Amino acid sequence: MNHVISVLTENKPGVLARVSSMFARRGFNIHSLAVGPTADPTVSRMTVVVDGPEMEQIIKQLYKLVHTVKVIELLPGDRIEREIMMVRVSAEPKRRPEILDAARIFGADPVDVGVATVTFELSGEPERLADFLELMRPYGIIDLVKSGRIALSKDPKTKDAARAALRSA
Amino acid sequence: MTETLSGAAALIRALELEGVDVVFGVPGGAILPAYDPILDSPIRHVLARHEQGAGHMASGYAHASGQVGVMMVTSGPGATNLITPLQDAHMDSIPVVAVTGQVATTAIGNDAFQEAHTWGISMPCTKHNYLVTDVADIADVIHEAFHLASTGRPGPVLVDLPKNILNADTEWRRGGQLNLPGYRPSVKGHPKQVKAAVDLIHRSERPVLYVGGGVIRAGATDALRKFAELANVPAVTTLMARGALPDSHPLCLGMPGMHGNYTAITAMQRADLLIAIGARFDDRVTGDPRAFAPLAKVIHVDVDPAEIGKVRNPEIPIVGDAGAVLDQLLAAMHKSRGDEPAPERSEWFATLRGWQRDHPLAYDQRPDGPLLQQFVIEELHRLTGGDAIVVAGVGQHQMWASQLWGFERPNTWINSGGLGTMGYAVPAAIGAKVAMPDQTVFAIDGDGCFQMTFQELITASIERIPVKVAVMNNHSLGMVKQWQRLFYQERYSAVDLTSHTPDYVKLAEAMGCVGLRADQPDDVAPTLEKALAVDDRPVVVEFRCDPDAMVFPMVPAGGSNDIVIERPEDLR
Repeated sequence: MNHVISVLTENKPGVLARVSSMFARRGFNIHSLAVGPTADPTVSRMTVVVDGPEMEQIIKQLYKLVHTVKVIELLPGDRIEREIMMVRVSAEPKRRPEILDAARIFGADPVDVGVATVTFELSGEPERLADFLELMRPYGIIDLVKSGRIALSKDPKTKDAARAALRSA
Repeated sequence: MTETLSGAAALIRALELEGVDVVFGVPGGAILPAYDPILDSPIRHVLARHEQGAGHMASGYAHASGQVGVMMVTSGPGATNLITPLQDAHMDSIPVVAVTGQVATTAIGNDAFQEAHTWGISMPCTKHNYLVTDVADIADVIHEAFHLASTGRPGPVLVDLPKNILNADTEWRRGGQLNLPGYRPSVKGHPKQVKAAVDLIHRSERPVLYVGGGVIRAGATDALRKFAELANVPAVTTLMARGALPDSHPLCLGMPGMHGNYTAITAMQRADLLIAIGARFDDRVTGDPRAFAPLAKVIHVDVDPAEIGKVRNPEIPIVGDAGAVLDQLLAAMHKSRGDEPAPERSEWFATLRGWQRDHPLAYDQRPDGPLLQQFVIEELHRLTGGDAIVVAGVGQHQMWASQLWGFERPNTWINSGGLGTMGYAVPAAIGAKVAMPDQTVFAIDGDGCFQMTFQELITASIERIPVKVAVMNNHSLGMVKQWQRLFYQERYSAVDLTSHTPDYVKLAEAMGCVGLRADQPDDVAPTLEKALAVDDRPVVVEFRCDPDAMVFPMVPAGGSNDIVIERPEDLR
């Protein structure tokens, strides 16, 4: 099963190498990893999707890295997540209308058109991206790039829950 | 008023301010700038003959003194030669700081002369590491490095310093700013967990304290003894914890694990409660982890949260410093018990005493030889009254020394436990002797180990560091040979070191040491007395020992600790 963890680190050179080296040497499997700055320029956020049952150990080993500030596991019901992909589909002129129709339903934007291909950009929840890929597969997928998942925890929806979240933070 | 210093001078001053009195090292091109200001510093520099030697010296120094050991080498091969000592210190949680030269920042990445990616290579074998790219950072980085090395779970920290940074000028400013927002090691254990632990210990019928090296690193041996006595719980002391509780103490059961004694191993197998403190359930202790201590609930105290649950899920995890948590446990036990005495557990102690009586560590030294290493070790213990720091290499001699030496104090047993680094003994003994010049430091080494690092005895001679080395010459890689005998149908492959080459006495003399030799049981004591009488230079004593002796008891690798092989016949 995939787990999503959000790792806040000091924004220092080499932090990504430290994290990926730790995953490699401990034998933890990374499914995807996306890194970027946060609202605080001294802090970076990594969203890591990992396989496997050793979540507690993974989180502890992340905390052991001196530059790790906070690690949060984002559980399925409590997270919002997105991924962006660009997919180049084989699209001869006579099949193009049906492909564009399908893409429109998914909200995928054509971002490049060639003689015999169309390239779509789609962002959304990972399942939606997977569905769109399944739909495009019969036409022929020429190329594919994915950003890796990014995620945040959902914000509390009631005042009580907000207070509780504040207390536990 | 500001003072302008070179990066190199700032480095040496920062080391002085951390209380460093000795640096073990080897100079070279990129670190040259740092070797100039050290001439004017009160810091002693010990010139090792190989960077690996410098690294193990720093580790031996840290082991013996509890202070941070410092090594300093150049870039490229200097730094790569430190990797073994760094990983060794990492595995055994020894506080050391490595200062390495690096090519100029303008040359990094260009495959410059003596360039190696030290930061990347050392990352997985250090607690943390730095590549300094601004001379103004040196003071803060050195201060952070010492803080990280010596707090929480101790370990090695490396600081890589490019040559142009060492040569650049900076306004001196004392380092003091720790900028480590993510580094907050726990000290005290959670009071609720402590209370729960005390209740569980009080209710247990067959508890065992499983004492690891963390107790020694935390300086918590007094608290350990008080707690063991107050709770009336017997204790095993692992390879890294020998001396944490005196071997002569009635509650001490000695060493558990692959070559531990029957009682220590079996006590854990039959225990209904293990109280692990500063121990990490290493495979050499647990054997097959699924079969380890199957009846026991576990209380696990460790300063490193990642050790808790890594191998075994404890019923009561307690994250904290071993000393602080033991003090909490003592206080909580006093409070909850009042004047009520500890449970007697007479049945449990009777069982343990029975095992001790029926399964002693035994060997048979015949008067006409061949000479047994066990006998040499016990003679050395007798003649020193046990009052020495013993430093071991890795292999049979290490196991026999750990089994048979009666350790009465912490920090008197220094060895490479986690990494199992052959060649550790000679340089580590030199570091220990520098830290503790008034104590007898005796390396107990194998001939295989000795041949890996003996050149550091040249360092010891010239620097007047009078260590003593017992070379247990069984002219083979004894532990490997033992495994080939037991598990590879006596097909001996690449284990013969030949009996008379080198001539250890001549070799010792050539290095400026006293060289002695004994090959008969009767000669052991007089030869050791001669060795102990020398105090102005190093001594090497070669003992020509039985090449066929094997270490027992033994739990074969990965096997269940329920099956303890006490003699070769048990295997058939």
